[in-house]
Amino acid sequence: MTDWWSYRPSDFLLFSPTTYWRLFELENAAVWPLPLVTLLAGLAVLGFTFRPPTWSGRPLALLFGLAWAWVGWSFLWQRYAPINWAAGYVAPLFALQALIFVWIAAAGAGCRLGTRFTLSALPGSLLLGYAVILHPLTALLAGRPLAGAEIVGIAPDPTAIATVGLALLMPPGVERWLLLIVPSLWLSASAVTLLTLSTWEGWIPIAVLGLTLLTVRRSPAA
Amino acid sequence: MKVDRRQLLLGALGLAAVRPRSEGAHAQTAHEVLRRIPSTGQAIPAIGLGSWITFNVGDDPLLRGASAEVIAAFVEEGGGMIDCSPMYGSSQGTIGYGLQRLGYPSSVFSAEKVWTNATGDGPGQIAETLDEWGVRRFDLLQVHNLVAWEGHLETLFAMKAEGKLGYVGVTTSHGRRHDLLERIMQRYPIDFIQLTYNVLDRDPEARLLPLAQERGIGVIVNRPFQGGALTRRLRNERLPAFAGDLGAESWAQVILKHLLSHPAVTVVIPATTQVAHLRENKRAAHGSLPDPTLRDRIVEEIRSL
Repeated sequence: MTDWWSYRPSDFLLFSPTTYWRLFELENAAVWPLPLVTLLAGLAVLGFTFRPPTWSGRPLALLFGLAWAWVGWSFLWQRYAPINWAAGYVAPLFALQALIFVWIAAAGAGCRLGTRFTLSALPGSLLLGYAVILHPLTALLAGRPLAGAEIVGIAPDPTAIATVGLALLMPPGVERWLLLIVPSLWLSASAVTLLTLSTWEGWIPIAVLGLTLLTVRRSPAA
Repeated sequence: MKVDRRQLLLGALGLAAVRPRSEGAHAQTAHEVLRRIPSTGQAIPAIGLGSWITFNVGDDPLLRGASAEVIAAFVEEGGGMIDCSPMYGSSQGTIGYGLQRLGYPSSVFSAEKVWTNATGDGPGQIAETLDEWGVRRFDLLQVHNLVAWEGHLETLFAMKAEGKLGYVGVTTSHGRRHDLLERIMQRYPIDFIQLTYNVLDRDPEARLLPLAQERGIGVIVNRPFQGGALTRRLRNERLPAFAGDLGAESWAQVILKHLLSHPAVTVVIPATTQVAHLRENKRAAHGSLPDPTLRDRIVEEIRSL
């Protein structure tokens, strides 16, 4: 091909906003009551961030690893790939992210968080809280039914945002950087997809990426 | 109203009135304009049905049902070309579902594509596409976006020679690779080209459409509304007075009539998710078409808005 530069994101968009948002409604219905379980698990993780028990590092890593593996297989591979063949190529990255979490749990102490809540932990806590509690409500804000809410551990965007939040709560270092790569790639792709669909929700992953960048730049070196 | 293939072949009543004969709007038949496929003379309804984005609904039962309703309305309005591609996600399966519900009506002219970089994978992909549609043979197969076109054309010409395929074509979109398309039109005995042509994207008028006429190649027009951008842009604009002379009730019909009035155009394939829009599109091929003067006025009017 000699004219790839002439292609725009809209040239690769193969589905309508209606079809895209219906995916979440169908996924929630298909795996119900799992969305309720992952929501409660997300709330529990949020509680941990304020006063994490010393033993919570490995369970946290394994829980997030499980979430990435599930979202990659159930949502991306089973639900999203039929309407977007590119999702089939992204799903293995979700498996890779799951493996990174497993590796962090097996080789180290897992996702160790600070034992006391400090101001520097604010961006991570905010993102985690947003992903678990507020992001599902964007469906209502956009005039869609709550049945199609994007729930952490079920839908990719809140799972990626929660992971970014978790990583920002961890001390700077290789493990944090490793955990940020795939979610950042996904959020970038999600922003392009949503903005191409002309939906305001596309600005959410951009805001998350901006906050992440600001936070890691201000973090002291490991 | 169901129209079978036999009726289509015989239904040349509208053919004589396809080309404008005089200044301004030109009265035609009360029925949808039929076009002849240049290489065989087979008659085909001038308004077909595209499927990019609109039929890619996965296994969503609600949206699949809505798509099937659009296909049913298309068949009810006389049928014609339904165009799809392996690139369009689950659209092929959606079309297969819609056709199965209708008992595979013979009024549908099946147009598909082969879209793979590896020529050797072409036959396998075509077999999968046949399964998705639930048919044994396609009326038309096209090389999608000229991907690996030499090898795929060889495959398609062989299929046609064996009677496994009706017509062979190549496609492009968004005005890309027109030079290569022109070379293929000059060198290969293809039956159809498919390209983007609309009231604002008029590059094909310079060389490709005249060449298609000269070489007896049918022209399928995709993106007549620029993927919906054109009709959205005109949504709040008042229809010009000449729309009434053409019998056009909407901007969409004005745009389609502009395309249909080019003598090289065989079929226009707008895509839609709505039965009302489908019927509106089909009605654009009824009644009058603009003559060259009015074609220019349509372009000027839309450009000025």
